[in-house]
Amino acid sequence: MGPNLWANFGEAVSMILFCIGFANLLLHKNLIKKIIGLNIMDSSIYLFLALKGYIAGHTVPIVVDGVQSVDAYINPIPSGLVLTGIVVSVSVTALMLSLTIRLYRRYQTLDLDEISKRLKKEGL
Amino acid sequence: MDFICNFPFFSIMISMFSGIVSAVLSRKAAKWLNLISIWVIWFLSAVLLYYIFGTGEIIVYKMGHFPAPWGNEIRAGLLEAGLALFFCSIMLLSMTGGRKKLMGEVVEEKHNLYYILVDLMLASLLALIYTNDLFTAYVFVEINTISACGLIMIRQNGRTIEAAVRYMIMSLLGSGLLLMGICMLYDITGHLLMSNIRDAVSSIYSAGTYPVPLTVTIILLTCGLAMKSALFPFHTWVADAYGYSTVSSAAILSSLVSKGYIILLIKIIYRVIGFEVYRASHIIDVVFVFGLAGMIMGSISAIRENDIRRMIAYSSVAQIGYIYMGIGLGTRYAMIASIFHILSHAATKSMLFIGAIGLTDVSKGSRHFEELTGSGYRHKIAGITFAVGSLSMVGIPLFSGFISKLLFAQAAVLNTRKMLPALIVLAISTILNAIYFMKTVIRIYTPTEEEGERITMKQEKVYALTCICFIALNIFIGMCSQPIVDWIGAGIDMFA
Repeated sequence: MGPNLWANFGEAVSMILFCIGFANLLLHKNLIKKIIGLNIMDSSIYLFLALKGYIAGHTVPIVVDGVQSVDAYINPIPSGLVLTGIVVSVSVTALMLSLTIRLYRRYQTLDLDEISKRLKKEGL
Repeated sequence: MDFICNFPFFSIMISMFSGIVSAVLSRKAAKWLNLISIWVIWFLSAVLLYYIFGTGEIIVYKMGHFPAPWGNEIRAGLLEAGLALFFCSIMLLSMTGGRKKLMGEVVEEKHNLYYILVDLMLASLLALIYTNDLFTAYVFVEINTISACGLIMIRQNGRTIEAAVRYMIMSLLGSGLLLMGICMLYDITGHLLMSNIRDAVSSIYSAGTYPVPLTVTIILLTCGLAMKSALFPFHTWVADAYGYSTVSSAAILSSLVSKGYIILLIKIIYRVIGFEVYRASHIIDVVFVFGLAGMIMGSISAIRENDIRRMIAYSSVAQIGYIYMGIGLGTRYAMIASIFHILSHAATKSMLFIGAIGLTDVSKGSRHFEELTGSGYRHKIAGITFAVGSLSMVGIPLFSGFISKLLFAQAAVLNTRKMLPALIVLAISTILNAIYFMKTVIRIYTPTEEEGERITMKQEKVYALTCICFIALNIFIGMCSQPIVDWIGAGIDMFA
């Protein structure tokens, strides 16, 4: 367990971060904190991907000086996945923030439970 | 014919581009573009289905002409083409049935946006059906989530925004898990294309090298998609999201969006993990138990509900439970039953929503049961539609719901270990279904002295036509079940 954990130190960190983000998104009442949790969760996945694509001693996969050997570069696919993932998470975060602004304007609070309580009172 | 290979790609792109173009069109033009594009995709899918039926070959379309392990692929077999056809039909009926309500409930400037969202929704559903690449599937899952969120909150009031937030939170948790699962799968197999991953997974499985990561991956994928499709403990957003959004949205969300994720899960089970590996992991028992719990708890919540739309919404939770129960039984026959139930539930649930809206219209807009008394007489076609939907949900012969219950029961008998719980819960759930649906049907056909507003078929021709189409579709699925079951079986065999 010990040496194994040490060799996969980065992966372990990213899993812990994932759990923190997941719990934040699930359990917090405050909407902004939920969104922060979402971002922590997504970032941890990107960290995981980046670690998986990295090969020690290899460089960025951009061909310079005509070196085309596979042994010179890291795996570019996870980097591409991270980029796609970032685009998705940015748009989702923007959508969540806009929803939060709307709810705040209506109810002057960021507490989701409080909002639900008031909605029940309104009886719409 | 080579040209037909392009059809799946065309279907996705037509609906995506019509969404983009709708942004600059007028309201009327956007509406027509939406209608025409759905019809065109319907037609393309029908031709594709006919072609694959005739030749029996699987269509694989290379995106950008990069060969297999590097490029992105679209893959169409019998099941995919048929599901695309079916989804288009339901989308069409839901849109036409709820159009009048849409005019009343949504601000006029936003109608364009609504059609954009519907087009994007259809594009993402088609992409989920057709794609052969896991990461593409993830991206379209997110597009699906975003457009579903838009569909919920297009009718602006406090309830819908809150429902959209709750939906987004649950969905994002699910897609986080899904993405993590995909990344771990990429990590242990080194591929993103479904067929390549399956080869790698089966060799890993037989060599026994990564047992724990493989199990964790299966858990993450299953859990993520179950969360997104509102399986029982994750269903809290359902009632608000289906209950308060405009009726077309509710019909589309309940009958198509959650089904899209389940189709993806079934594809993952067959085409990514491999059915045998999935069955050998004990996740399948967990899915089975949650499916059973959903069947009971969804129905109990529906019985306690006093609002017709929320009641139908909770009934969705129970029906999703049925589908997961079928997946959890873990046999080919049970999987056929699950896919059949996806079709039958999609046809019935959208019909119930469309029927219910007609009933509330003649009851001063109220959705509470007391006000609905006798509404079946005031709006005859809506009453009949709702009654047919209820009978189908309860499982009366002649309608689609009966066949899916029958298939589930037969599948349960074939699985000796899970037979008893499955059959008992199936029976209890049917009784619970009968309690709340029959209660409503009796309520809407109880005569009252009160003279309310009456709507005849002539006043709402489009609505009446939609209702008749729904009833015909439901009876068709119920009566011609054998060809449909054969088709699903052949489609599942093509997955392998």
